[in-house]
Amino acid sequence: MTQLDGVVKPKTKRSKRFLQSREAKLIENTKNAMILKGGNTSETVTQALKDIYALKKPSAVMYKKKNITRPFEDQTSLEFFSKKSDCSLFLFGSHNKKRPNNLIFGRMFDFHVLDMIELGIEKFSSLKEIKKSTCPEGTKPLLVFAGEAFDTDNEYKRLRSIFTDFFRGPNVPCIRLAGLEHLLHFTALEGKIYMRSYKVLLKKSGCRTPRIELEEMGPSFDFALRRTHLASDDLYKTAHRQPKALKPKKKKNISHDAFGTKFGRLHMQKQNLAKLHTRKMKGLKKRRGETVVGDEETSVKKTKMEEL
Amino acid sequence: MAACSIEDVLAKAEKDEAEKLKSITVVKELDLEFDLGNMLAFDKNPPDIREFRQKNKDDFLRSLARDNTQLLINEMWKLPTERVDEVIVAKLPEPTARLPREKPAPKPRPPTKWEEFAKLKGIQKKKKTNLVWDDVHKEWRRRWGYKRAKDDTKEWLIEVPETADPNEDQFAKRNKAKKERVAKNELNRLRNIARAQKIKVPGVGLAPTEQQSKSELGKAIHVAKMSTASVGKFQERLPKEKAPKNTGKKRKFQPLIGDFSSEKQKQLDILKIMDSKKPRLDINKAVNKQMREEDMESASKKKKGAGKKGRKGSFPGKKGNFPGKKGKGAGSVVKSGKNRKPRMKQGKR
Repeated sequence: MTQLDGVVKPKTKRSKRFLQSREAKLIENTKNAMILKGGNTSETVTQALKDIYALKKPSAVMYKKKNITRPFEDQTSLEFFSKKSDCSLFLFGSHNKKRPNNLIFGRMFDFHVLDMIELGIEKFSSLKEIKKSTCPEGTKPLLVFAGEAFDTDNEYKRLRSIFTDFFRGPNVPCIRLAGLEHLLHFTALEGKIYMRSYKVLLKKSGCRTPRIELEEMGPSFDFALRRTHLASDDLYKTAHRQPKALKPKKKKNISHDAFGTKFGRLHMQKQNLAKLHTRKMKGLKKRRGETVVGDEETSVKKTKMEEL
Repeated sequence: MAACSIEDVLAKAEKDEAEKLKSITVVKELDLEFDLGNMLAFDKNPPDIREFRQKNKDDFLRSLARDNTQLLINEMWKLPTERVDEVIVAKLPEPTARLPREKPAPKPRPPTKWEEFAKLKGIQKKKKTNLVWDDVHKEWRRRWGYKRAKDDTKEWLIEVPETADPNEDQFAKRNKAKKERVAKNELNRLRNIARAQKIKVPGVGLAPTEQQSKSELGKAIHVAKMSTASVGKFQERLPKEKAPKNTGKKRKFQPLIGDFSSEKQKQLDILKIMDSKKPRLDINKAVNKQMREEDMESASKKKKGAGKKGRKGSFPGKKGNFPGKKGKGAGSVVKSGKNRKPRMKQGKR
């Protein structure tokens, strides 16, 4: 019998569990990031990669050896690595004469490159340089984007999405309010992107909400946008497609108007009023010889109309 | 007077309140967009470029960040909170920013052939107990698997049926039948997988691959030719068709009783070789070796003239010791072109 390729049958429970952890799921795992070096990297790029790795740490893989690939020309090796380490986000750093201090942020869908954006580091100060306080590893950061370019320009929009995807960390149901310590601020200004990382200090303000003070923490970058590779609309749409089971079930007969008032539509069956038990009183007792029956029926109909 | 003082007090209280709030209020032209599920805020306001140019860049960015963060934090603090283990946590809503998935949504496993059939016929699964009573061992045993009840492969005595051949091994027959059932099951499993993945269902024999190589095609022709009633005895050969390699007899033996004189001669030859103290000289091999070494030398001289390349010269000692690595080609006349081949291979490693 020939071996079917692409079908791996686990031989042990452990390997089965491992394969299950990598399977496609309805509610997905936290996206992992892999951080790669190109064939040639400057000290700036190496340090930048290390710092971003420190920010991403529990859900990131750092590749320590050089990988002589050019993601914009040939993506096969990236796809291979992504499959190997089960990472759907990548950061590729390289340095050459044409594009000095180059970082490529990108993401994958189904182990194929969805989109990637190349950024040149123009100014960089690392975590080490700013020797103040740092955050504990794995803190979920607050993300703030500022600048109209993030709303108007197509590439910037995609960049915002990539940055959100890259830095947002795990999806959590609730968060400790005192633990909001880390802020990543992205500003698009004059064709450049300023990424700053701050430590958030919560100060007393006299009311419940604290006053915010910021302390620069590093790493901080001044980026210039270089080449981009954006997914086609078709692929982008399929990547965003939500499985049917996750979509909120449509509730019938409930609607809201513009002010948020809830309306319900009720479907009632016709009530048989002939069988209605009413309060029996002596005075209302039927007596022989009286013909009030017809009158009663008409009155019932009226009330029904009123109800409707 | 009294009314005035009340107004004063009220105004003062209002002022106090405003001052308190002042530290946490930020005024922006356009409201920020929040996605609290991702703890994300988006400030659409264009930053003040003039101020950015005049002021220190970092200070400007920090003040901008502070304002935005204050707004985000204000919004975060409005979320419903809960106390879990002496810690106040805020419940985050579902993230609104739609991000692409990592992998496409899982598809339900397509039904197997049996499941399809069962559905068609309305056959429903019946739950069977895991343990059954084994009369022989007088205990509860598993229905399937190792140490199962009523294991018919473990019986020490089998009655030979009247119709059966008395010389037939009934134990072997049962074992074989079991093995065949298992194999059939496995084949069906693979067929189901193949059907689910829309690969061509593999049959028995040579499964077609995407790109068949020459040898595979040759083998396929051979198999096709042999599958006649007369095992391919009367099949015509194609012009220039070669007999398939590695088929038929593998080892050839001398007849047990045959030519005694030649056998004797053979044995004597072997003894003679074993007895002689001189090493045996294979002239063909020696000449080839010599020629190759000469070629190597001339080539290396050329290389040195052109300039060294690190990778190619990394195993100079090895080359000298085993110049005839590609032993099979040693019989023919050695060309300078042929000599280049092994070195290329070394470079690729």
